[in-house]
Amino acid sequence: MAETTLMQPKAAPGTIPGLRGIAADWASDQRAFKNVSWGKAMMWIFLLSDTFIFSCFLLSYMTARMSTTVPWPNPSEVFALNIGSKHIPLILIAIMTFVLISSSGTMAMAVNFGYRHDRVRTAALMLATAAFGATFVGMQAFEWTKLIMEGVRPWGNPWGAPQFGACFFMITGFHGTHVTIGVIFLIAIARKVLRGDFDRERRGFFTSRKGYYEIVEITGLYWHFVDLVWVFIFAFFYLW
Amino acid sequence: MVDIPLDQVAGIPPAEVGEVELYHPRSWWTRYVFSQDAKVIAVQYSITAMSIGMVALVLSWLMRLQLGFPGTFSFIDSNQYLQFITMHGMIMVIYLLTALFLGGFGNYLIPLMVGARDMVFPYVNMLSYWVYLLAVLVLAATFFVPGGPTGAGWTLYPPQAILSGTPGQDWGIVFMLASLILFIIGFTMGGLNYVVTVLQARTRGMTLMRMPLTVWGIFTATVMALLAFPALFVASVMLLLDRLLGTSFFMPTLVEMGQLSKYGGGSPILFQHLFWFFGHPEVYIVALPAFGIISDLISTHARKNIFGYRMMVWAIVAIGALSFVVWAHHMYVSGMHPYFGFFFATTTLIIAIPTAIKVYNWVLTLWRGDIHLTVPMLFALGFIVTFVNGGLTGLFLGNVVVDVPLSDTMFVVAHFHMVMGIAPIMAVFGGIYHWYPKVTGRMLNDLLGKFHFWVTFIGAYAVFFPMHYLGLLGMPRRYHDIGETSFVPASAHDLNAFMSVAALIVGFAQLVFLFNLVWSLFKGKEAGGNPWGATSLEWQTPETPPGHGNWGKELPVVYRWAYDYSVPGAARDFVPQNEPPSGVVAQGAHP
Repeated sequence: MAETTLMQPKAAPGTIPGLRGIAADWASDQRAFKNVSWGKAMMWIFLLSDTFIFSCFLLSYMTARMSTTVPWPNPSEVFALNIGSKHIPLILIAIMTFVLISSSGTMAMAVNFGYRHDRVRTAALMLATAAFGATFVGMQAFEWTKLIMEGVRPWGNPWGAPQFGACFFMITGFHGTHVTIGVIFLIAIARKVLRGDFDRERRGFFTSRKGYYEIVEITGLYWHFVDLVWVFIFAFFYLW
Repeated sequence: MVDIPLDQVAGIPPAEVGEVELYHPRSWWTRYVFSQDAKVIAVQYSITAMSIGMVALVLSWLMRLQLGFPGTFSFIDSNQYLQFITMHGMIMVIYLLTALFLGGFGNYLIPLMVGARDMVFPYVNMLSYWVYLLAVLVLAATFFVPGGPTGAGWTLYPPQAILSGTPGQDWGIVFMLASLILFIIGFTMGGLNYVVTVLQARTRGMTLMRMPLTVWGIFTATVMALLAFPALFVASVMLLLDRLLGTSFFMPTLVEMGQLSKYGGGSPILFQHLFWFFGHPEVYIVALPAFGIISDLISTHARKNIFGYRMMVWAIVAIGALSFVVWAHHMYVSGMHPYFGFFFATTTLIIAIPTAIKVYNWVLTLWRGDIHLTVPMLFALGFIVTFVNGGLTGLFLGNVVVDVPLSDTMFVVAHFHMVMGIAPIMAVFGGIYHWYPKVTGRMLNDLLGKFHFWVTFIGAYAVFFPMHYLGLLGMPRRYHDIGETSFVPASAHDLNAFMSVAALIVGFAQLVFLFNLVWSLFKGKEAGGNPWGATSLEWQTPETPPGHGNWGKELPVVYRWAYDYSVPGAARDFVPQNEPPSGVVAQGAHP
């Protein structure tokens, strides 16, 4: 029936700007966020909940690092690479961060082309984003391997506080899992875009609901969130 | 107060959201087992929660037998006693109350009360139940693994939770933590549904300030759960890593069985902070839905509008917000910085203000009301009494200087059983007696219900009221056998025996309730659509029990709040929320 109103909402008539508008929206019937579809609202609230998970992880890590009586390994040394006889601190992390931030750029472009219903470009950009993400996870695997070869374990390491390895593997592992899930979703949605599911309103396999191009943006919200979390992990783990 | 200005001035606004096509079940399996209908999922949640709750009930009998008659029951040794305590607490708080209030009542009532056809994501909702069931099965499996379930206490404090002296150190603790992680994943899927449904899928005319307080309670509790469970999730993951991988997040350097353990440098206090950042909001996650349900029961069965509706809403929101800044009052004796205690005692006492507002408003709703002592009303009254009782002892325990000597005594056990054991379960029972006619189309048996109430209410007092006294004597909690101590007089042992007998009687009264549930399903009196004469939308469905999609062709349109009882001049003593204003004769038309 009139499902398009659900997914591509128009501004409600008589929208009031500013704080009074927010109050009016929350005092109104039917919807508190007037131009927000169900799926997007759900993703935002999920991300809020996920923020609390990452915050708890990072706060626990900070507590461990600040309360340990053994010296904390120096991240500039630990995360340095020898490239062609040159010793460059944090080089791998810098590249990883660059790759992930770039993937946010391609994701934003994919969202743009998605709303123009440009199937090929949307799918191509989403696949590029997924490729960046996969590259990131690959480099993370390389970094893990290097550290494990050097003797870092969840229960100890050669340089200092045993919580270093514990926090490192737990937090980057949890973030890497998020990226991996994101890559899988990106590929799945890109396939749907390319196949034209959203033009033909083909029903989902599990949910048997029709899909819309807005799903590209919702996937993008998740992806940008994962990027943002990385910025905090980067700052608190590698730069501290 | 008849609340119609919006409609009379501007008319009901047009629908902003088009009709969403529902998933229509094609077979028995998708209709009753892998169902995407929130009402079926609610019943599944409720049955699963009550089944695992029965296990916890039996565990409490075993504990009471041991406490009342120490040395008599040779099959309960000290390790098993600790395991019973742990499983009883964990099941009751998380797998019974949280799941029943949010997954059970939430799923059934939210779409019906806000006038939606279903939850916004029925498929995710279905997944939520099945992950919850998996969590329950993993939890139940700990009874059968080598070494049995964990005996770490429901708070699972490290270091003892994963050290070799604690029962269930091999598998019990691992399964327990895995089960918690699964529960949180499952709950998140359901919780997102409840929140988005309330925020974005209400029917025309249903503003937030017209929602029944039940929806407000469940909604706020769900938001809190989405923000509080992450802390438990993180704590569980880290404890699991400590146990399985040998990390030392929570494990300090210590000597275990005469040998230096492999752990070192972790902080047990960190676990307590994470746990109680979840644990204290959890208290209100089970209390706020109870508050909401009780408000609706009292208003309906006293035929009177709720007193101070807006204050009730804001009190719920304020309690929800404040409950995130009081967690360390569980930790006064943990060794954290004493100044923290001062801060957390202050915030704890501040939370008494919105709570007191709610209690006063319930009492003022009853004041000069046309009180019908139906079974739901009896349970609602029982809730107020037990909640006030438990709340007042909470004021004792919230103060550092009073808490320190009372810590880890039976006084604490009595306090939290009164305030978050008996009181919420009273709301659960009241809610079930109230909404069972809508779920099944039949009334629960009244006589059995009254028997159930009086035995439960008086029995709960017989169990927990003397327990305060035992706590003041200094009797510690979590002791398998108190033995001969100079400060516990012989009479205290007699009191313990009395409490145990009372606990068994209360327990068996619950079997009467379960019998009533099953018997009334087949033999109960036909209920009709609206047996209590209630105003909220769930009683106005075209069919009882409500069909797939809840409302016939047209969604209901809401013209007023949910508490128009005994409106002067109205034809009946209640005006349903979806009755247009012309049904109400202007006030003052009849003297």
